[in-house]
Amino acid sequence: MTTTADASGTVSVDDLRPRPASPRRRWVRRGVPVAAFAVLAILPFSTLDLPGLLPGPANSPGSLQLLAVCLVFAGLAATYDLLFGRTGLLSFGHALYVALGSYTVNIAVTKLGLTLPAALLLAVLVGLVVPALLGAVALRVNGIAFAMVTLATAQVGSILVMSDPGRLTGGEEGLPLAPDAIPAFLSGVANTANLYWLALGYLVLVLAVIAWVVASEPGRVWEAIRENERRVSVLGLQPYRFRLLAFVIASFLATLGGVVHLFLVGGSSPQITTSNFTLAFLVMVVLGGTGSRWGAMLGGVLYTYLDHRLAALGTSDAVAGLPEVLRAPLSEPLFVLGVLFIVMVYFLPGGLASLTARLRGRTR
Amino acid sequence: MSNVVLLALTGLGLGALYFLIASGLSLIFGLADVLNFAHGLFLAVGAYGTWWSSTHLGFPFVPAVAFGVVAGTATAVLVETLLIRPLYRRTIEQVLVTVGLSLAGVALLQAAFGADPLTFPRPEWATGTTRILGAIVPNDRFLLIGAAVVVLVAIQVFLRRTRFGLIVRAGVEDRTMVTALGINVRTAFTLVFAIGGAAAALAGALAGVYFGNVSPGQGTSLLIFAFIVVVIGGMGSVTGSAVAAVLVGLVQQFTSFYAAAGVGEASVVLLLAVVLLARPGGLAGRAA
Repeated sequence: MTTTADASGTVSVDDLRPRPASPRRRWVRRGVPVAAFAVLAILPFSTLDLPGLLPGPANSPGSLQLLAVCLVFAGLAATYDLLFGRTGLLSFGHALYVALGSYTVNIAVTKLGLTLPAALLLAVLVGLVVPALLGAVALRVNGIAFAMVTLATAQVGSILVMSDPGRLTGGEEGLPLAPDAIPAFLSGVANTANLYWLALGYLVLVLAVIAWVVASEPGRVWEAIRENERRVSVLGLQPYRFRLLAFVIASFLATLGGVVHLFLVGGSSPQITTSNFTLAFLVMVVLGGTGSRWGAMLGGVLYTYLDHRLAALGTSDAVAGLPEVLRAPLSEPLFVLGVLFIVMVYFLPGGLASLTARLRGRTR
Repeated sequence: MSNVVLLALTGLGLGALYFLIASGLSLIFGLADVLNFAHGLFLAVGAYGTWWSSTHLGFPFVPAVAFGVVAGTATAVLVETLLIRPLYRRTIEQVLVTVGLSLAGVALLQAAFGADPLTFPRPEWATGTTRILGAIVPNDRFLLIGAAVVVLVAIQVFLRRTRFGLIVRAGVEDRTMVTALGINVRTAFTLVFAIGGAAAALAGALAGVYFGNVSPGQGTSLLIFAFIVVVIGGMGSVTGSAVAAVLVGLVQQFTSFYAAAGVGEASVVLLLAVVLLARPGGLAGRAA
């Protein structure tokens, strides 16, 4: 078994402490995100029309739905980054926990007739217990073997959902959410704005929790594990426990994201259980930049937006005029995203988040 | 009894498919440390190459499979030289590039041939059945098992009896030492990619015979089980992959039949968990 961490050099204790920023930089670092989220929060009141970028005016249900999906995936990508970017855990089974949230609540209210609060409580319980159990086994191994175990467990989840046990999951068709099971203010096209705020709230929650845990003591240890695991164990700490903590927090937040995703799209589809769904998170995080404050979020928004809008581009007039050889690949969003991803790995390994630092370095 | 024979042969057939994919994955990982997600793409290229040359060029079955294998090998060599080689020693980036390739490649195949499964041209003799010990066994099982045995013997002869095989074996053991002795390991990288690509493309063509159709996503689901086989067998060991492939194929078939559908896959994962907890290096790995 190869260890990946050793080669990257040593970490001094000073590197683990956040560096003090200048007052102006600190103002920018706090002010810009607050302003951005304030703009996002009041967006449903705006009739701003961006032809080509959005399907309609900003407050139309179509645009809000697209933006809300982008926000949920931004949050989910951030939870994946907590594993991959912050702790160095390459998981190929993150989709399992998103599906866990979506299917648990959906089955509870649609098939078992539970009330929504009871279903949410159940999802919280399941979202804590299942990752703790599976993580406790999977984290016995490291590196590529861990990736394989998570891939395999997620695959079992996917096959289980597809096989429709007891007619609970709806198999390949998916399971639509019973319309009367959720409160009125969250259902219907007219209430898309409320779903949008729910998605925004989820993203803010995820970012806040991650910012808090990363700055906490376990957060420092995660960073140290990522950089040099052997040194952490020599210092007398058990990497296993800290890894498990990161795994449970990230998976729990993903479970919550699955619930929000369920409300947003009005059902659970087996697509969210597949390994490709997890790979999408990996692509998002690398596109945006691993282990940075905003990188995963940006990557999640960009990926989801492109995934939805490229399908529209594929049928647009500009592409229709191209010869068949070019037109066919361009109508496949995953082809464009896959190529973009490879290009990013080659030419911008730090992702979008490293772009600002690069530009600053150039102008200086 | 007839059930047991049929299940055993089907399990071995499935194991043969897994072995064809896993042998290349295992060699590539053992030598170059690359967890190759693009392997599913090589498989799909093999399957579509066979299908295309058979339906568009009118090739008979064996030349069509040869065409598919050549296409898959060429893809593997191109991927290695153009995309993997520049990222030498940056393992995570290499994995990411193969992930991107698998996404883009499958999407490209989907754009070219459509998302729906295409009927695969099966030769007459592969659609028939043979009676063995009272069991009616489809002939394609024997084709799969035979092909896997031939590939296993060929790879073993290559590894044990040729100079390049020696370099590959030594490289799996200790790459730094081989480089220090003045041997260019990178040629061996291209070589293992070519071998892996050829075996995967053959697996793609044979999977077409086994399932009766080809679809762009077929490689992905087979790839996941091949990964499990590689981990159970011990990374870098072809013999370990062969043993693990047979084990996984048989366990999957028997539990799926005697328990419920879906239990087969779950028991394979259980097997993986047990092996990893008992022997983290896999069956053939040195006990850690």
